[in-house]
Amino acid sequence: MGARVFGEPVRRREDARLLTGRGRFLDDLGPGALAAAFVRSPHAHARIADIDVSGALDVDGLVAVYTWEDLPGRVGEPLPLLIPHPALTHGRTGYPLARDVVRHVGEPVAMVVARDRYLAEDAAERIRVEYEPRPVVVGVEAAARAAHLVHDDVPGNVGAVLVQEVGDAAAAVAAAPHVLEFRLEIERSASTPLEGRGVRARWDAADESLRVYSSTQASTGVRAAIAARLGLPNGKVEVVAPDVGGGFGVKIVHPWPEEVLVPWAARLLGREIAWAEDRREHFVSAAHERGQVQDVRVGFDGDGRVLGLDVRVLHDHGAYTPYGIIIPIITSTQLPGPYKLGAYRAEVTSLYTNTLIVTPYRGAGRPQAVFCMERTMDRIARHLGLDRADVRAANLIQPDEFPYDQGLTFQDGRPLVYDSGDYPELLRRVRAMIGWDGFAAEQAAAAARGRRVGVGLGVYVEGTGVGPYEGGHVEIDTAGRVLVSTGLTSQGQSHETVFAQIAAEELGVPIDDVRVTTGDTRRFGYAVGTFASRAAVLSGNAIALACRRVREKALRIAGEALEADPRDLDITGGVVHVRGDPSASIPLRTVAVLSNPLRYAFDAETAAATQFATARPVTEPPVAPGEEPGLEGRGYYSPVRSTFAAGAHAAIVEVDPDTAEIAILRYVVVHDCGRLVNPMVVEGQIHGGVAQGIGGALYERLVYDGSGQLLNASFMDFLMPYATEIPHIETGHLETPSPLNPLGIKGAGEAGVIPVSAVIASAVEDAEGVRIDAMPLSPDALWQLRSRRSRSTDPGAC
Amino acid sequence: MEETHEIALTVNGVHRTARVPARRLLSDLLRHDLGLTGTHVGCEHGVCGCCTVLLDGDPVRSCLMLGVTAAGHEVTTVEGLAAPDGTLSPVQRAFRECHGLQCGFCTPGFLCTVTALLRETPDPTREQVLEGISGNLCRCTGYQNIVRSVHRAAELLARPDGEGGR
Repeated sequence: MGARVFGEPVRRREDARLLTGRGRFLDDLGPGALAAAFVRSPHAHARIADIDVSGALDVDGLVAVYTWEDLPGRVGEPLPLLIPHPALTHGRTGYPLARDVVRHVGEPVAMVVARDRYLAEDAAERIRVEYEPRPVVVGVEAAARAAHLVHDDVPGNVGAVLVQEVGDAAAAVAAAPHVLEFRLEIERSASTPLEGRGVRARWDAADESLRVYSSTQASTGVRAAIAARLGLPNGKVEVVAPDVGGGFGVKIVHPWPEEVLVPWAARLLGREIAWAEDRREHFVSAAHERGQVQDVRVGFDGDGRVLGLDVRVLHDHGAYTPYGIIIPIITSTQLPGPYKLGAYRAEVTSLYTNTLIVTPYRGAGRPQAVFCMERTMDRIARHLGLDRADVRAANLIQPDEFPYDQGLTFQDGRPLVYDSGDYPELLRRVRAMIGWDGFAAEQAAAAARGRRVGVGLGVYVEGTGVGPYEGGHVEIDTAGRVLVSTGLTSQGQSHETVFAQIAAEELGVPIDDVRVTTGDTRRFGYAVGTFASRAAVLSGNAIALACRRVREKALRIAGEALEADPRDLDITGGVVHVRGDPSASIPLRTVAVLSNPLRYAFDAETAAATQFATARPVTEPPVAPGEEPGLEGRGYYSPVRSTFAAGAHAAIVEVDPDTAEIAILRYVVVHDCGRLVNPMVVEGQIHGGVAQGIGGALYERLVYDGSGQLLNASFMDFLMPYATEIPHIETGHLETPSPLNPLGIKGAGEAGVIPVSAVIASAVEDAEGVRIDAMPLSPDALWQLRSRRSRSTDPGAC
Repeated sequence: MEETHEIALTVNGVHRTARVPARRLLSDLLRHDLGLTGTHVGCEHGVCGCCTVLLDGDPVRSCLMLGVTAAGHEVTTVEGLAAPDGTLSPVQRAFRECHGLQCGFCTPGFLCTVTALLRETPDPTREQVLEGISGNLCRCTGYQNIVRSVHRAAELLARPDGEGGR
């Protein structure tokens, strides 16, 4: 083994280029491309009566204008429904360019191609579209009332009704000694990466092939979709995810209309075309998440043990369902979290509205689920006069109960069975770190000085590392370079570093010799994508398996060369040697030479592999049966089911008695994602997740008015936190390895964001004594809760 | 045809000229006319700070300036922060040491902002750091490691032995 790198805070290999302006993001790929711009619907729901492009035609630099009628065959078909599910009885997707009807503001209606983006927008501005507005459906309650329909052929605006059930929840609640019933609301937010979407395509007419760059989380999926729609073999379409400026879920959707249209037009025009989304476009035409209304009925005993939980969720999925009902599935299955609930039932009604599509944003339905479960735990504690942490403790799954089967079906279609964990320890540690048990005294002391402080906590379980699979390819070349590739993509998760650590450790090579490529179909054609905290689990393990294959082959070839038993060999610092005899050794680069029997040498080194130089017996073929030339190997990791990470967060907040401004004084995270590959990277992921969670808890809401206009489609009005809004985050790690995969790791990407709204609600409630049922919580909303409480004797009070 | 203007400016110490329409943003001039794509555009309405460059040493949002108004001025972009031999500046090194970046899209704006901040305030308090970077959005890091990076950069800059770089 080389110097240990697995588990170490190895510095990032991505940084050298990103710090010096040499990153290659979609819009950085150089000159020479025409620019595309889109005419997008200003109406939330309308019939298109006419499109008049004549005004655009005399714009200097205009190359082409396209509407739906120009799109041939499969190019003009509705976009795919990516994840079909039996409960999604009325799935609907949009067209790449609107055909007859638009159903949300921002839906693309026409595409313009011009010499540069300024001119393309000049032309787009001159295209006149005549709309006949239709009644608009905004908000889940209006959708459920169904006075108007988003799709004429979807009765009640209901896309899906999903039921998850273990035992008879209604009966269990009815029979319980204590019952509470309440409603919770979570508003819309969005991933909002700082780089928007983008796509660039170049058609090679002689080769009849297409090169596409996309700021995507799923380059192989984009390739499959483009190939199918343009009638090309997969092998003639290359899709590369270059450096991607954040994804957080939104870029997993594919193909976007633009990912179909830009390559199609590039081929048609024989010109390279690029489109980089601008900020307003991103707000109105990418995707949102989070919005849900939850009606909760819970029955429990005198110790706070939940005997039955019955939740009905109204989920707003926007105008179309390209990503299926993954968010409802995750909300309804992750809701029980770390608890044993007795009977459980969740019924999610997923509804159409005339708003932007709703697809996963970091956490993907879990923040809503955890908000529901943890608000419920707090309610039970208040009702019984018990400590909130104790009520949670009374319900936790115990360490000796793993694997623990929740009896539900998870988002991968597999049983929701928790593989490992220690939830009581997570709770114990977070209590200790935040000073839970002594907090009442602190709170009283602060109150005596006129300050309102409160503490809150939340515990969660996160299904990570979902299948179906990822693969890895590892090649050691004759210069000793270790080239690692995997098909999934990177948007800042440090994959180049983390996967290099795994490869260096498995192969016994210096990490500096390892180069990692992700998200490039030219290097690896089979992949699923980056989402669901799965990259380290899936590609990490696949790369480890590929490395083990390469290592085995290297030892066998080295064994022949050194006349040693491969079982006596080890690899250190890129050199294969006999254990205990450093003099008997051979560098991997030489093993790579020997792995490829040659007729023609291209330098002195490779001469060793030519036919008159090798020691292989002349009675055997140079490449043995079942063998392949080259020191390379491929591995796939396909998990039987997801692995479940977990964590507990706690926060202390202070609320201004006059202005109701909420400040987070401390934020503590105890996190368990199994074995840590790189603690620096995991902590970075947690920090970023918590910051997004704080945004969702206190600042970020996407506000649609009654006519379906998004009122805050800019960074001026949609309040993403700056450094001044985010507290110092204290982290602690527990490492409960997953028994499901060779490396024992679990996903870490989404953990930070998941319980934050629940934790902040719990803490503000503790500080204020008013019930918090809706997030995000603005000072204005809190001030109104206070006013309502002071006006009446009960409703708002806890 | 749109009217264009010949402009000359100094970018990263190099005299550059370009012929651009009056409406061309400085960010687009740098990125698309001069090929300096390290400066990124995150919102084009002056809020995110990704496009921050130094204009005569002061941080400005290059998406809120027209290219023609930069004529005759000295612009420093992220490509101009390292030494000519490629040695990273103390600010760049600090961001690397402290894991102050993830996707790296907002990073050029932060690096320019922090370079100017530390020139003005070589030994900032935590509050001064927060205030100093409060015009730059980052969606990845949660800022904690960026704040650490700024303090670390101040340390590196303060070393008299040149360990701190230029």
